[in-house]
Formats: sequence, structure tokens, C-alpha cells
Amino acid sequence: MTKVGTTRAALILSALAALELLCRVGIINRVTMIPPSEMIVSLWSILRNGRYNADIFFTLYNVIAATFLAVIGGFLAGAALHALPRLRRPLVPLLSAYYAIPTFVFYPLLIVAFGVGRTALIVMGAMFGVVAMIVNTTLGLDHVPPVVAKTGAILRLDAARQLLLIRLPSAAPHLVTGIKLAVAYSVIGIVAGEFILATEGVGKRIAYAYDNFDNRTMYGMLLLLLVGVMAVNGALSGWEKRLHRRFGQR
Amino acid sequence: MKSTRFDFLLLLAGLMLLWQLVHWLVGPDVLSSPWATIRRAAELIATSTFRDHADATATAFGIAAVISIAGGIAIGLWLGLRRFAGDVADPILGTLYSIPKITLYPIILLIFGLGVSAKIAFGVIHGVFPIAIFTMNAVRNVAPVYHRTARVLRLTPLGAAVTIMAPAALPEILAGIRVGVALTLLGVLIGELFASTSGLGFALIRAMDVHAVTDIMAITLVLFVFAACVNALLRFVERRARHGG
Repeated sequence: MTKVGTTRAALILSALAALELLCRVGIINRVTMIPPSEMIVSLWSILRNGRYNADIFFTLYNVIAATFLAVIGGFLAGAALHALPRLRRPLVPLLSAYYAIPTFVFYPLLIVAFGVGRTALIVMGAMFGVVAMIVNTTLGLDHVPPVVAKTGAILRLDAARQLLLIRLPSAAPHLVTGIKLAVAYSVIGIVAGEFILATEGVGKRIAYAYDNFDNRTMYGMLLLLLVGVMAVNGALSGWEKRLHRRFGQR
Repeated sequence: MKSTRFDFLLLLAGLMLLWQLVHWLVGPDVLSSPWATIRRAAELIATSTFRDHADATATAFGIAAVISIAGGIAIGLWLGLRRFAGDVADPILGTLYSIPKITLYPIILLIFGLGVSAKIAFGVIHGVFPIAIFTMNAVRNVAPVYHRTARVLRLTPLGAAVTIMAPAALPEILAGIRVGVALTLLGVLIGELFASTSGLGFALIRAMDVHAVTDIMAITLVLFVFAACVNALLRFVERRARHGG
């Protein structure tokens, strides 16, 4: 491992050790936080006895579906917006104000439209994720070098092939950034929805455990969610970096 | 400039029309009409309860934004100027930026209790990381020729920081502040939704509990207009810094 990697690992481990110590000594009381080691034990027992498997798969399925919708919808909308600069210019400031507003306040309205259950949560997650994908798609298409676009014209590709074979790979680093953010925001939308009103799901379990002072379950499930998100995010970040290196653009 | 303004009005008209169409399609139980929402927003703004809630949100947002900006810039400058520390911290900051911080609400509540400090803490954990990341990258991306210029001119470190590095890095840092401030508002509102008894977020959760569709829409509209104005203002400052210097 490189020196940077070793230092980083040491830093993270010592932060966890400090937290463990503070919890064990009692400076952080047990009502507030259980020691990290117990969170891991709790997570392990949750996974082993499969008590919350249904909830975990419920949320996982919703996140995958919402991300899929957000990425496809966001890409199409972003490509359309890129082609219509007159529409895009006035819309950009509104799009960047979008993430200042907790969109999930509309979740109750979605419940009226779709009922309590999977559909409302998926729509919620997709609504929260789609704007990040739109913004990054337009940015990615902006960064396609003119020479690459000209090559497509010289090869006499039709519009669909130019988009698919020339522009898409060239914009890929930004598109992956968009996917990464769409996942993150879809998770936020769905978990927020599950906090507010749901019959199952990881967010529902966390909120329920919190209400019942069941800190073991709460921190176990929180850890599961955070580790899951970090793993996906780490994988997508690695992909993003490789693409950036390969296409050598900012 | 004039055509930009015209396009913007055209866009607003289009969005209103779309909103109205969706309203007709799904009915008033799901989406109130634009006109009813705007009228309700005007009514709400005139009440003192709403103004108290708005004051509470504005105070928490103001404090959280100041802490996020100061903290983010301090962390970003430090990591940007020290290559090794920056390399170590970069992915950690990225991870902290991307984790869904809404899931941490039980922890924040347990630490800070219900009240203004929980909202501010929520705002800060949302806003501080993007500002730190943008600032770090801004400082790192200052062209090497500027560093050499500073040496050639025999500037003191402070002189170099003030006259060369700050203007060179400023536009990027301002972009970071724009992103961070928007997310700070999101954080404060999430804090109010789940961990508070005052503020517009709290007013929203109350409206959600009784399913007052028009109220939910009206409060959200007011918040969105506010966020868009803050965003436009910061965008303007950023553009001035980019082209003015």
C-alpha cells in the first residue's frame, strides 16, 4: 500500500478507536451511541438471522428501480436540454436551486396518487435523483470536443449513431458522475419517504427502532445502509476516475 | 440580456401551464393549482405564525451557512496547500459528501436534542463538505505559473496568498459556496422536518400530517423562490469574480 493509503487507513482506524473508547468509558452515553464494535456485532446478527431481509430487499429493489428511472429519464431530458440552449439557459438556475428544497415533502401527495407502498417510494427516489442526472448529462455533452463531433460527421454517421457511438463515450466521465449522484439522491428520497410513512423498508426499521429506544437495531441498520451506500459510491468513483484518465478531459 | 429575460418569462409561463395541466390530470387532492397555491402563499406570508416560522428558519440557515462557509474554506485551504494531507483526505471528504446524511437524523437528535442546534448541525453537515472539496481543488488547480510569478516578484507568503492565490482560486471557491449554501438550506429544512418544533420545515410536516395539499405546495413554493434568489445572487457574484479579476 502507498504511504497515502496507509496514512488514510491509520487515520480512519484511529478515529474509530477513539469513538470506541469514548463510548466504552462512558463519555458518550449508551443512549446516544453504542460503541462501533457493537454496531458491527448488531449488523452481523441482523444479517445472520435474516430478521430484516424483507425490509432490506424492499429498499434495495426500490433504490435500483428509482436509480434506473432517474438515469434513463435524466439522460433523455439532459440530451434534449443540451439540444435546446434557449430552454436550457433560463432553466439552469432553477435546476441548481432544486437541491436546496427537500423534495420529499411531496411524498404525501405521491401517497394519495399511488397509495402507500413501493410505487410512491420509487417515484419519490426518481424525482430526487433525476435532476442530478440531467445537469451532469448536459455538462458531459458540453465537454465533447468539437473534433470528436466532427469525426462523427466525417464518418457520415446518422444522428442516433453519433449520439451512441461518438458523444456518449466522450461524455462518459460526466455521465458516471451523474449516475453516482442519482444513486445517492435516490437513496435519500426513498429513505426519507420510509421515515415519513411506509409499511416496510430499512428507513422504516431505523425510524421504528429509534422510536422504541432500540439502539442496537437502529445503529446496526444505519451501519448497513451507510456501508452499502459507501460501497456503491466507491465503486462508481473508481470507474469515474478511470474514465477521466482515459478520456483525458476536465 | 433582454432576450434572456424574455426566455425566462416564457419558461415560467410554460412551467405554470404544465403545472396547471398536471393539476387537472391528477386532481386537487394530489396537486393544487398554480393560482390557488400562489394565493395561499400570499395569505400565509401575511400571517404572523408564518413569519415566526420563517424567522426561525432564516436564523438557523444564516448561522449554519456561516459555519459551513468558514469551516469549509478553512479545511479546504489547509488540505489544498498541503499535498499529502489533501491526498489522504480527498476520498474521505468525497464519501462524507455522498452519504445520505438524512439517515443520521436519529444520531443528531440524540446528541443535540430537539431545537435550533440540531437544525444548525444538520445544515452544517450538509454544507461543509462540498465547500471544503471545491476549495481544496481550487487551491490545488492554481496554475504553476502563478506560483512562479509570486516567487519572481519575491512576495511574502501572505502577500502571495492575498494578491495571487486568492483571486486565482476565488471563482471555484464561490462555486463551492453556491453548492454548499443550497445544501445547507436542505440540511436545515430536513432538520426542521424531523427534529424541531419551529421553522418552515416544521410547518411543512404539520401540513403533511393533516394533508393540507395547498399549504404544502405554498410553503414549498416560497422556499423554492427563496432558494432560487439566493442561487441567482451567488451566481452573479461568481460571474463577477470570474470575469472581473
